[in-house]
Amino acid sequence: MDHDIIQFGLYVPPHPHPLLSPGASEGYQRLRDAFDTCRERIENSDADLIIVYSTTWPSIIGHQFQANPNSEWVHVDDDFHYLGSMPYSFTMDSVFAEACVEKAQERGLQARTVNYDAFPIDTGSITALSLLNPDNRIPATIVSSNMYANRSETIVLGKAIRDALTEEKRKAVVVVVSSLSNRMFTEPIDPSEDRIHSQKDDDWNRKILEFFEDGRLEDLSQLSREIHGQIRVQKVVAYKPAWWMASIMGQHNNYDGEVLAYEALNGSGGAVIQLTPSAGSIGDKEFDEDDVEYYRGDRNVLDQGGV
Amino acid sequence: MSKGEIVLGALAPHPPHVVYAENPDQNEPVSEGGWETLRWGYHRLARKLETIDYDVMVVFTPHWQTYVGTHFLGVPGFSSKSVDPVFPNIFRYNYDLEVDVDLSEAMCKAASDAGLITRMMRNPDFRVDYGTITSCHMMNPRWDKPIITISSNRNTHYYSPEVMIEQALALGKACRTAIEESGKKVVLVSSHSLSHRHFVTESPLPEDMSKEHIYNHSQYVWDMALIDLFRQGKMREAIDIMPEFTEQTIAETEGGGLVWMMGAMGMPDYPAEIYGYQSVIGTGNCIAAWVPQSDKREIVL
Ligand SMILES: [Fe+2]
Repeated sequence: MDHDIIQFGLYVPPHPHPLLSPGASEGYQRLRDAFDTCRERIENSDADLIIVYSTTWPSIIGHQFQANPNSEWVHVDDDFHYLGSMPYSFTMDSVFAEACVEKAQERGLQARTVNYDAFPIDTGSITALSLLNPDNRIPATIVSSNMYANRSETIVLGKAIRDALTEEKRKAVVVVVSSLSNRMFTEPIDPSEDRIHSQKDDDWNRKILEFFEDGRLEDLSQLSREIHGQIRVQKVVAYKPAWWMASIMGQHNNYDGEVLAYEALNGSGGAVIQLTPSAGSIGDKEFDEDDVEYYRGDRNVLDQGGV
Repeated sequence: MSKGEIVLGALAPHPPHVVYAENPDQNEPVSEGGWETLRWGYHRLARKLETIDYDVMVVFTPHWQTYVGTHFLGVPGFSSKSVDPVFPNIFRYNYDLEVDVDLSEAMCKAASDAGLITRMMRNPDFRVDYGTITSCHMMNPRWDKPIITISSNRNTHYYSPEVMIEQALALGKACRTAIEESGKKVVLVSSHSLSHRHFVTESPLPEDMSKEHIYNHSQYVWDMALIDLFRQGKMREAIDIMPEFTEQTIAETEGGGLVWMMGAMGMPDYPAEIYGYQSVIGTGNCIAAWVPQSDKREIVL
């Protein structure tokens, strides 16, 4: 498998504080510093494209890909409007967005591009792209999170975008915009006293971070339903980011993982994490379910684990 | 100053499809029509509103979602373009509207005094949500009255439908207090659908009415059960079954709009005026109005 098509993956939080008020708390500043480190790493990579999967852009009619070559407007967050406005001007790769739609349709998905003046790009995508690619050095596309999609649909979506990357011979950084635990405080808080909403949320977040640090992306994908039940407010049908991330990056556990920051954002779990496909470590990690293309009998997890 | 009052409360669903079908100058996409049962119902309600004396429309919308309390629009005017992130192909609407900041602040304060978490929204760059715009456009296409939008706090997801109901009723009562003290005549708007399961595909022509129907029969039966209670004036019972209705039909009532309005109107025990029911991309939509003054009340449908 050609590892170059994914330079690396990032998992970043959706809330605007690292962009709009990094100085309000030491934790927000650490998240901001982590974003800045990732920005430098993207600049130093061979990436020619950024693909954002945003949990704060819901869709209903299948899967939408942002394709307005110059997406420009001033956004204001629904909750955190008092932190300030978020003007943006992003260069989108409309050709790649079209390729994604074609590949998604080939795999049985409903998909379309969106290319409209004044389209309301979501807080999470704006925060990520503003901090990771401030000068539009490389183009991006953003893919929505369908509110009804479950595991199979989300996994196929990731595979379809990977198809497009392969065919277009692109080198991408993939960015998942999502909290870990997503329960926020429902009363105003002093940013300097921000903390994870509960001990349970914090425990689970730290367990997830252990998995990320060990590069166990497929294991996280397999744990998605459990994560959803334990630490996700039940706003949507499932916790989908790990499904999508694993399917686009490769459904295995062979990654170098690094947690650059983990902090509370109004009570939710905000982490900046990098996962880089790795050739090593095959066989020392176990995952539960294969992604089977051809049946060769039952799998011995100790013998396998590679891609 | 005479005591302010609520002159009408409307359940006003906001699928952007109805604005698209109307082809107003403000909306960029052009349609061949569609969803007439709802649109004609809205026209009828808009005509009635022209005969009613009111100062301001207060809208509770599920498309301004806040987790840290309930927020109120607090800027005198907004002029911008609203593009629906879900249906951008049919809704790109240029709006220019006025906000009654005085009453908005008074409602915010009254809610806060009642123990609710509140915040005024003062950012002039804020885009008013398409739910507010759709409901207001259909009820008053001339836009000649100021509005106020109240956000929906996501209590149903964070806690439970029961907690949502408690808080939405308290918010409604607080808004009523502020309205009465303001001396103003107010139309309340609960902007949402009933059953809310969408089709995830769309016809090449979105307004192709040969493809439009309710998502499934269960949604329809539940919608009719609720509308029957509206007709009978049994709003206490309607609110009582709201948690189950919302769960069974993944209804947009989860945002709390109808409950808030019933709280503000003192849980009406008189029949609602029914203006229409139709599905839009599979969801169930009913236009209904509650009119406190009995001599202004009609049997519409
Ligand atoms: Fe809606």
